[in-house]
Amino acid sequence: MTKSTQSRWSLRVLGLGYLAVLLVAPLILLFYKTFEDGLAAPFEAITSADGLHALKLTLITVAIAVPLNTIFGVICSLLLVRHKWKGNWLIDAAINLPFATSPVVIGLSLFLLYGKQGWFEPGLSEAGIKVLFSTPAIVLACIFVSVPFVVRETVPVLQEIGTEQEQAAETLGANAWQTFWRVTLPAIRWGVAYGVVLCTARVLGEFGAVSVVSGNISGETQTLPLFVEKNYENFNLPGAFGAAVLLAILALIVLMAMNLLKRKEAT
Amino acid sequence: MEAHAANSPVAPPRARQFRLPGVGAGLGRGYVVLWLSLIVLLPLAAMTDKSLSEGVGQFWDQVTNPAAIQSLELILVCSLIVVAVNAVFGTIVAWLLVRDNFPGKSIVNAIIDLPFALPTIVASLILIQLWGKNSPVGIDFALTRLAIVVALCFVTLPFVVRAVQPLLIEMDKDMEEAAASLGAGGSTIFRRIIFPNLLPGLAAGVALAFARALGEYGSVLLFAGGKSDTTVTSILIGQKIEQGNETGAAALSIVLLLMALVCLFLITLIQRWGSRHERAQGAGAGVGLTMPLADGGSETLTADADDLDTGAPGTQPGFKKEDDQRD
Repeated sequence: MTKSTQSRWSLRVLGLGYLAVLLVAPLILLFYKTFEDGLAAPFEAITSADGLHALKLTLITVAIAVPLNTIFGVICSLLLVRHKWKGNWLIDAAINLPFATSPVVIGLSLFLLYGKQGWFEPGLSEAGIKVLFSTPAIVLACIFVSVPFVVRETVPVLQEIGTEQEQAAETLGANAWQTFWRVTLPAIRWGVAYGVVLCTARVLGEFGAVSVVSGNISGETQTLPLFVEKNYENFNLPGAFGAAVLLAILALIVLMAMNLLKRKEAT
Repeated sequence: MEAHAANSPVAPPRARQFRLPGVGAGLGRGYVVLWLSLIVLLPLAAMTDKSLSEGVGQFWDQVTNPAAIQSLELILVCSLIVVAVNAVFGTIVAWLLVRDNFPGKSIVNAIIDLPFALPTIVASLILIQLWGKNSPVGIDFALTRLAIVVALCFVTLPFVVRAVQPLLIEMDKDMEEAAASLGAGGSTIFRRIIFPNLLPGLAAGVALAFARALGEYGSVLLFAGGKSDTTVTSILIGQKIEQGNETGAAALSIVLLLMALVCLFLITLIQRWGSRHERAQGAGAGVGLTMPLADGGSETLTADADDLDTGAPGTQPGFKKEDDQRD
C-alpha cells in the first residue's frame, strides 16, 4: 500500500466513521426502536386524539408561517439587492437576529411582549384576544425563528442573475409586475423554493420557542415536537417514538427536496 | 396583470429603480421594516426592557450569580470543544465529498444536512436512545457534560462542511501540483497551500457553528438534561421561566444574545477579509457566504470574485446600465 492510498483510507475511515456514529447510527436506532414491537403501538399513539391534534396544529402553523415568510422573504430580497438604500444594512442585521437568538430566548421575548404586564397585554385583553398559550403565540414563535430562511436563499440568487434580463424586459415595454412574474421570479424560483423548504423544516420542528409560549396543553396547544417531549417525560415511549419517527420521516422528505432543488439550481 | 406590452410600444425608461412590482420601493420598505419590527424587534425590545426593569444592579446580580456564571462557562467551553471537533471532522468530510470518490457519496452528501432538517427534540430523543441507559452498545453518558458536546456536535455538523465544501470545489489543483513537483510532502502542501485557502470558509463555518451551539436548547434538553453540573445557559433560562423569574431569564437571555451577535459580527469581518484576501491573490476560490446560513445552498453562495466586490446584500448597485446603449 502506497503512502497516498494509506492516507486516503485513513481519511475515509475518520470522516465516514464520524458521520456513521454521529448521524446514521442514532437515526437507524430510532426506526428500529419504534418498530421493534410492531407497528401497532406507535401508530396508535399518533392516531390518538392528542396525537392527531398535535399533527393538525403543526400543519396549521406551517400553513400560516411559511407563506407569510415567503412573501416577506421575496419582497425583502428584492429590496436588499435591487434597491440601494442606506438603511439596508440595518434590515440585513435584523434578519440575522433570529439566527443569533436561542429558541428559548425567542420564546421568552414573545412571552414578555404578550404576557401579563407585557407591552401588548392591556390592549389585547381589552379586545378579548388571547395570544399567549394559544395558537397565535405558537404561530408568532414559528414566524420569528424562520424569518431569515427565504431571504438568505434568495439574495445570492438575485445577485447572481444580475439585471440584464430585467432591463431587456423593461426595454421591451414590460411593466414592473410583468417583469417580476415573467423574468425575475422564474429566474429565482429554485432559490426561493429552497428557502421555503428550509423554512418549512424549521417550523415543523421548532421546539424551544414554542415550548415557552404554548403552555404545552395536550390536545390544545401541543405541536408534534412538544408531543414528543411530553410523552417522553410521561414515560409513554411508544407515543414519543411514534411522533418522533413521523417527524424524522418528514425530515427525510425535506432532505430529499433539498437535494432535488440543489440539483435544479445547479442546472 | 396581463396588460399588453403593446400599450406602450416605446419602452418607457421611467422608474428604473422601481423593481418591486405593484408596490413602490418606499411601500415595500415600510412593509419590511414593519414586519421585522413586529415579529423580531419588538419582542426583543420588550425582553431588554424587562431585563432592566429592576435596575442595572439587579441585572448584574442575575448574570453574575454562581449558577449563571457556571452555565455560561459550561456552554462556552462546550461550544469551543464542539467547534474544534467539527472543524477537524467537518474539513475531512468536505474533503472526502469533493476530492475523493467512493460508492454512496451522493447519499453521504445528502445526509450531511440531516441535522438542519431533523427537529432538535427528535435529535435529543434518538441520542439518548443510543448513548443512554438503554444503549445497545453499552455506552451510557446521558446527562453528563459529554452528552452536551455530542448533542452540539450533532446539530452543528453541517455548518463547517457546507462552508468548506464550496471552497474546496473552487480551489485550483495547480497550486498543489506545483508544490508537489517542487518536492513538498503531503503535510507541507496541506499546511502551506490547502489550509490557508480554506481558512476564510472554515472560520466563517466555525463562527456560525459557535453561534448556533451557544443557544441550542432542544437537543440538549432530554439528552444532557438540567442537572446541576450539566445546565447550560439556555436550559437555565428555561428553568428560570418555569420558576417565574422573568427578570433573571431576560437578563441571561441578553447576555446569550450578545455573545451570539459578536459571533455573527465576526463572520461579517471574516467575509470582508476573505474577499479582500482573495482579490489580492486573484484566486478563484470564492467566499460567497454572504448569508450567515451555511446550509446546503452553498453552491448558490459561491460567486466569482467579480461578484464578491459588491460585498454584502444591499451594497450592490442596482444598475450599471448605460443610457447610450439604448436608442
